[in-house]
Amino acid sequence: MVAEARRPPFTWLSGRSLPSVVPLIGLLLVLLVLVWLGINLYKTPADFFTVLLFGLTNGAVYGLIALGYTLVYGILELINFAHGDVFMMGGMITATFVTSVFSLHDYPSATSLWPAVLVTLAVAMAGCALLNATVERIAYRPLRHAPRLAPLLTAIAMSFIIQNIGLAWKGPAYVSTPPVLSRGTIFSLGGVTYTWNKLIVLLITVPVLLGLVWLVQRTRQGKAMRAAAQDRDAAAMMGINVNRTISFTFLIAGALAGAAGLLYVLYFTNIRFDSGFQIGLIAFTAAVLGGIGNLTGAVLGAVLIGLIQAFNEGLSWHAPGSSWTQSIVFSILILILVFRPEGLLGEQTPEGA
Amino acid sequence: MPASAGSRKRGRLRSKLGVPDPLRRRWRAVPAPLRRPVLPVLVLVLAVLYPYYRGHLFKIPVLGTFPAMNTAVIMTVFAMMAVGLNIVVGYAGLLDLGYVAFYAMGAYTAAWFASPQFAAHNFTFGAVGVSPGVPGFHVSIWLLLILAGVFTAFVGVLIGLPTLRLRGDYLAIVTLGFGEIMPQIAKNGDNLFGTGFNLTGGPQGITPIDPPGFGSWIHRHVNALPDNYIAATNFDKLFFWTGLGLLLITVFCAVRLRDSRLGRAWVAIREDEIAAAAMGVPLMRTKTWAYATGAFFGGVAGCFYASYKTATFPDDFFFNISVFILCMVILGGMGNVWGVIVGACFLAYLDTEGIGNIGGWINEHFSGDSPKWAHVWASPIDIAKYSFGIYGMIILIVMLFRPQGLIPSARRQREFEEGVHDEPLYDASA
Repeated sequence: MVAEARRPPFTWLSGRSLPSVVPLIGLLLVLLVLVWLGINLYKTPADFFTVLLFGLTNGAVYGLIALGYTLVYGILELINFAHGDVFMMGGMITATFVTSVFSLHDYPSATSLWPAVLVTLAVAMAGCALLNATVERIAYRPLRHAPRLAPLLTAIAMSFIIQNIGLAWKGPAYVSTPPVLSRGTIFSLGGVTYTWNKLIVLLITVPVLLGLVWLVQRTRQGKAMRAAAQDRDAAAMMGINVNRTISFTFLIAGALAGAAGLLYVLYFTNIRFDSGFQIGLIAFTAAVLGGIGNLTGAVLGAVLIGLIQAFNEGLSWHAPGSSWTQSIVFSILILILVFRPEGLLGEQTPEGA
Repeated sequence: MPASAGSRKRGRLRSKLGVPDPLRRRWRAVPAPLRRPVLPVLVLVLAVLYPYYRGHLFKIPVLGTFPAMNTAVIMTVFAMMAVGLNIVVGYAGLLDLGYVAFYAMGAYTAAWFASPQFAAHNFTFGAVGVSPGVPGFHVSIWLLLILAGVFTAFVGVLIGLPTLRLRGDYLAIVTLGFGEIMPQIAKNGDNLFGTGFNLTGGPQGITPIDPPGFGSWIHRHVNALPDNYIAATNFDKLFFWTGLGLLLITVFCAVRLRDSRLGRAWVAIREDEIAAAAMGVPLMRTKTWAYATGAFFGGVAGCFYASYKTATFPDDFFFNISVFILCMVILGGMGNVWGVIVGACFLAYLDTEGIGNIGGWINEHFSGDSPKWAHVWASPIDIAKYSFGIYGMIILIVMLFRPQGLIPSARRQREFEEGVHDEPLYDASA
C-alpha cells in the first residue's frame, strides 16, 4: 500500500508499467490482421493464393537485401542506409547487361538466357560487393571511434551520393528492360497460376541463401565474422583482423544486394535511381521485424513484409491499396520497435525495454 | 575549464586574424555585457536593412548576385527550422530524421484554418485578405503561428512518448518512419479511408492560404503596418521582416533554453545518458521536452512558410527535406545556434539560387560551347539535378574532416575529439 502510494505520478510515461498491456495490444493487432485475411480468403480464395505467391516472390528479393542490413548491423551496429542504393546499382548493372551487353529480347531461349543471367549475376554481385566495401572504407572506417551519430550521418550521405551516381548514369526516368524471364505457367490450380518467373526468383535466391548460411556457420571467415559481431575487442585479441572481417562482411552484404538487384530487375523489369532507397527501407523493416542481427529472422521478416505488401496491394476486401504500402510498412516498423525491439526472433537487445 | 579553453582558442584565432594588439586590449576593457551583444546586433541590423542595400551589392564571383528577397524569406524559414532541429539533434543529441513531419504539421495547420479547404464551415477570426463570402475556416495567421507550434509540439510529444525510449539509431529510423508516413497521409488524404472526407487536398495540396496582415483598422492608424501582406506592394520585404522577427524569437528561445536547467539536462543526456539519469535527470521527460520544443519551432516555420507560399503540397515534405535541414545543422556546427543559422542560410540560398548559379557559371566556362572543353562534355550539365548528391557530399566531408561543423560549439567539439563513451558499439551488458 505504502509503496503503491509513494510511486511518483506518470510512471507509465517511462514505460515501466507498460509491458503488461503491450503484448495484449500487439496480439489484438495481429488478431485483427488475421481476421481480415480470413475474410478475404473466404471471399476470394483464388485471389488470396495468387497474391500469396506474389508476396513470397517479393519476400525473396527483400530477404536478400534484408540480410545485408542484418549482417552489417550485426557486426557494426550501424544502419547502412546506403545499402538500398547499392541494391539499386546492382539493378542498374543488370539493366545495362541485359539491354546493352547481351541485347536480350523478350523471352529469349534458355540457351541464350541462362549464360547471360549467370554472367550478369556474377558481375552485379562483384560490382555491388566492391561498391559496398568502398562505402565502408570511405565513410564508416574513419569514424569507427566517433560518436554513433557520425557513421549514421555518413551512411545517409553515401545513400544520397550513390543515388546521384545512379541518376547521373541512367537519368531520372525508369530504366526498363525487356521481360526476359518466361511467364509461362508451371501449374494452374483453381484459378491460381504459378509462373516460371516467380520460381526462377526462388531458384536463384535459395542457393544464395544456403551459400550464405554455409559461409557464416561453417567457414573460418564466418567464424571470424560471428566473433567480431559478438565482441570486437575480444576478437581482435584472439588474432582476428577485425577491419578485414568488417570489410569482408560488407563485401558479402554488397554481393547479396547485387543478387537482389538482378532479381528485382529481371522480375519487375524496371528500376529507377531512387528505387533503392524505398525498397531498402522496406527491407530494413523486414530485418528489424525478424530481429536485426539474426539471419533467419531477416528472411522470415522479409517474407512476412513481402506478404503484407502483396496482401495490401492485391486483396479486394478493405485493403488500403498500394498508395498506403509505405505507411503500412513504416507503421509496422514503428510498432515493432516500440513493442518488441528485439524483433520476432532476435535476442534481447539493449533496446529492449 | 571549458569556457576558458574556448575563449583562449578564440583569442588565438583573433590574433591570427591580425587585429592589432592595443585595439584588442581596449576592446577587452569594455565590460562583457556590452561587448557580447555587439556582433549579434550588428548582424541583425545588417539583416534588417538588407532589402535596402541589396540592389547596390557587388556580384560574388561564382555564386552570382546576392540572394533575392524571396530567397531571403526562404532562408529565414529554413534557419528557423534548423534552429528547431538543433534543439533536438544538437542539444539533446537525438537524431531526428523525420523533422519534415513537424514542418508538414505546421503547414497543414495553416492550410486547414486559413483557407477555403473546409468549405462546409464558415468561420472567420481576425483573418485579413479574405474576400467576403469565401467559405472555410479563416483564422488570423498570427494566431495560427502559435496554434501550429502548439499543435505540432503536441504531435511531437505523441510521436516521442512511445519512441524516445529507443536508443540512437533506432530512434532515427522511427522518426524517419514518421517522416515518411506524414507526406503519404497528406497525399492520400483527399479521400481518407474511402469515406470521401477531404482532409489534405491530396496531391494538389491546399491553396490559397491566407496571408498574414494587421487588418485595415491598424493599417489606418499606423501606415507602416500593412492591411494584408499579399496586397501590399513590398510583399517580399514584409515577409522577410516577419520571418526575421520569428527567427529572432526562435533564436532567443533557443539560446535561453540552452542555458536553462532544461538545456543543461539536454546536454547532460547527450554527453552521457546513464550518468545524467544517475544524477537525477528524468530521461523521458527531458527528451520529450526536447522533441516538443524542436517540433514547436518546426511547426511555426511550416505555418509561416505555407502562408508565404499561399499553398502547401505533399511533395514538399519528403525525406530529402529532413536530410536537407539536418545537413544545415551539421554543416553549421551541431549545438551552436549561430553556426546552425549560418549553415541554414548558406544551404537554403544554395538550394534556391546558388546551385543554379554555380551550374550556370560552370556551363558558361566549361561547357561544350567553349572549344577548350568541347571534347570533355558536349551538352550543358544540370547541376541542380544533383543538389542532393552535393548535400550528401557536404555531410560526408564535414563528418569526416570537421565533425564539429564550421562554427562549432566548444563543448560539442571536445566530444567529437575525445569521443563519447556513453554509447559504445559493444555494450558491457550485451
